[in-house]
Amino acid sequence: MAEILEVKDIAQQEYLINMGPQHPSTHGVMRLVVSLNGEIVKNVQPHCGYIHRGIEKMCEKLTYPQIIHLTDRMDYLSAHMNNASVCLTVEKALGIEIPERVKYIRTIMDELQRIASHQLWWCAFGMDLGGLTCFFYGLRDREPILDIFEESTGSRLIQSYYTPGGLMNDIHPDFQKKVKEFIKYFRKILPEYDQLLTGNVIFQERTKGIGILSKEEAINRGLTGPSGRGSGFACDVRKRAPYHLYDKVDFKECLYEEGDTFARYKVRIDEMWESMKIIEQLIDNIPEGDYTAKMKAVIKLPEGEFFQRVETARGELICFIVSDGNKNPLRVKFRSPNLINLASLNVMSKDFKIADLVAISGSLDLVIPCMDR
Amino acid sequence: MTDEQIKEKILKILPEVEIPEGKPTLTVIVPPDKLFTLAKELKESPDTSFDYLICLTGVDYGKSMSVFYHITSTKFNHTIILKTSTQNRETPAFDSVYSIWKTAEYHEREAYDLLGITFNNHPDLRRMFLDEDWVGHPLRKDYSDPINIVER
Amino acid sequence: MAFSFSIYDFTSFTQWIDKSLYAAMPPFWALIVEMVIIGIVFLGFYALLGLFLVYAERKICAFMQCRVGPNRVGPFGFIQTIADLIKLLLKELIFIKNADKILFNVAPFIVIIVSFLAIAAIPFAKGLHAMDFNIGVFYIMAVSSMGVIGVLLAGWSSNNKYSLIGAMRSGAQIVSYELSVGLSLITIVVLAGSMQLSTIVEGQRDLWFIFKGHIPAIIAFIVFLIASTAETNRGPFDLAEAESELTAGFHTEYSGIRFAFFFLAEYMNMFLVASIAATVFWGGWMPLHINGFTGFNHVMDFIPPIFWFFGKSFFIMWIMMWFKWTFPRLRIDQLLTLEWKYLLPINLVNVLLMALIVLMGWHF
Repeated sequence: MAEILEVKDIAQQEYLINMGPQHPSTHGVMRLVVSLNGEIVKNVQPHCGYIHRGIEKMCEKLTYPQIIHLTDRMDYLSAHMNNASVCLTVEKALGIEIPERVKYIRTIMDELQRIASHQLWWCAFGMDLGGLTCFFYGLRDREPILDIFEESTGSRLIQSYYTPGGLMNDIHPDFQKKVKEFIKYFRKILPEYDQLLTGNVIFQERTKGIGILSKEEAINRGLTGPSGRGSGFACDVRKRAPYHLYDKVDFKECLYEEGDTFARYKVRIDEMWESMKIIEQLIDNIPEGDYTAKMKAVIKLPEGEFFQRVETARGELICFIVSDGNKNPLRVKFRSPNLINLASLNVMSKDFKIADLVAISGSLDLVIPCMDR
Repeated sequence: MTDEQIKEKILKILPEVEIPEGKPTLTVIVPPDKLFTLAKELKESPDTSFDYLICLTGVDYGKSMSVFYHITSTKFNHTIILKTSTQNRETPAFDSVYSIWKTAEYHEREAYDLLGITFNNHPDLRRMFLDEDWVGHPLRKDYSDPINIVER
Repeated sequence: MAFSFSIYDFTSFTQWIDKSLYAAMPPFWALIVEMVIIGIVFLGFYALLGLFLVYAERKICAFMQCRVGPNRVGPFGFIQTIADLIKLLLKELIFIKNADKILFNVAPFIVIIVSFLAIAAIPFAKGLHAMDFNIGVFYIMAVSSMGVIGVLLAGWSSNNKYSLIGAMRSGAQIVSYELSVGLSLITIVVLAGSMQLSTIVEGQRDLWFIFKGHIPAIIAFIVFLIASTAETNRGPFDLAEAESELTAGFHTEYSGIRFAFFFLAEYMNMFLVASIAATVFWGGWMPLHINGFTGFNHVMDFIPPIFWFFGKSFFIMWIMMWFKWTFPRLRIDQLLTLEWKYLLPINLVNVLLMALIVLMGWHF
């Protein structure tokens, strides 16, 4: 039996809609409880945890080489970077020097992964805004990268390629050739992305001035990655705390001051160009040598706390290991860039329309498994 | 600022802190009740300007409960770790740093959810990943779940 | 009257049917039989065209998205849509708890009946139309604007918040764009001097209106194309169903054949507006004639009118599909801004301009 409501009661009620857990624009199982006033978003309350697997708890029972295999299940689009975060922490803690060849390969793999991730983001973002054709363009160009990964690492999405001290196995003999072919191809094809989406009037209208976050707010809220750089926050870990070979290669940190959805979009497009530049500088000079450093069979970290900041495709990932000297860590914490970026969604989307909320959450490029861990 | 200068500065603000030697990153052990004042001072004073909280981690040592704050300055690019501990493992409570760094909101909710650490003055301290009616805090060392956790 | 059939002129054929029916039975029954015949013919036409359009859209969007499209069921995937139709027919009709049962069931029928009604006035070829109203343009506009009732009812009765938002968007959108559609058609009515579709087509014997009325006619055509795309709820104006925002908008809760009705109605509406555009701007079934070029005109006459009509309609539909698969979706406020701040003033000026041109005799 429905209650009879006065008109003024109805006017005061919030119109709540649940976006998710199954919703096309949350890109996974996340729930956004959105209070609306007509079409205007008044409040967004994210609910996470639908795919919480307790990776941090599992890590406490596993050895360090085993942890690697869990990490790429977090942000499956930046699997290499996630692996790198644990590997680098362990290497730093043990104080081992890894071969130059490994550093080269890791840098190239990371950048390839970044391009692949941004491509997937680009197609999903286009689709969020209703441009369905983008989806197929992005996936088409991502395919060669996955093929390269498959050849060298043995799998396409979740590679677990890095191990503490080096790599799982050496690169495929065709690796350099394939990568160079891909870069040549993608340099030609990337302007197409601009033609299809960036220059479109409707697209610019939909993204410019939408979801603005100032630089101070971005720093305060810890909005990192391309989303933070769209707000002018120079948060690129590759520049700020270089790892791999990022201090030796020449690349630009893409920064935009506007802080709106379009700026975040542009950062990612620019980053694809920069990633290609990095790969081109390295691909021809991969030195010969071992693909892994000599490691003990059982890795035991000294007592203490170790952390490593890594720039994934979505922001700053931190692997923080507290060790008590055993072969298992006492505590492993992954700072998920997605979770922290999500915290800004409410501020950004306030007083914009539902369609803008979709655009904004699309521009944050959220990957839910990373958020929930 | 170099680590030495930061160390001096911190000792000047709060003499009772403990700074252990030989850590890869400068680590400062702060008493729980003084943490908020130190953090606020570190953020607001112009020569340190720690304006970005990278990470907040709760750690269960089995006997004590600790929280680590990785903070860095976007201006000077120096990073330190603040650590605070309490022996009260059952109901650990610290001051929330939400009013200093807003990014702490989700970090603290996560620590509350998985470790049961309460943060005073947090605006919205709810569980992050688990259901509201979940019993226990999974990342604690004494957490047991006979159905889902297989002991080997 | 003897039986005579020509693909160039259906008048004698349709009149022969009419005459023989009236000769064979009393007028009332003859009328009933005629109605039934027309109904069956249109139903068949409707189903076939719907199937073909769905297939065409799939192939065209596949082409634009660098993929192959349906290619498994039958040669070139031609039977895919038929298979889909069978699937939709066999699917369970899910009834939504707390939904308004009557309205929920009625809504898909309203949507599909409206598109059915409007098609009655379209002249497919010379003498091939169900009705030749003397207010044909007016009738089509009046009937096609009723579709919004079905959409609103569907959104309201589903008892789903997404559906309601979608329906409200759709209401605002269709009511607004109705104005532009009407005014752009009025522009041509001014040029043609008639609302009867057969007269409008006949008036384009020497040259199509889009060339005849030069600038105002071209503006009117572009406005009509934009507004009619918006009226049929197709991308980039598909806000009512906006699948990335509202899952499926007003028809989220529909399943099986009820969903198929909405689906089919969308394609039929697209065909409808394309055929109106073809009739009013591009001469309908009239071949391309240019004054003075007798030889050329004869060659053009050789192509049967029905091919001209469908060729033009499909070309316009192709443009609409091109729209849909290239552009991102607009936002609701931008959509209404486009209509009320740009299209409507342009249209009003355009009508005046056309009136001036007609008065001064500046058209070709």
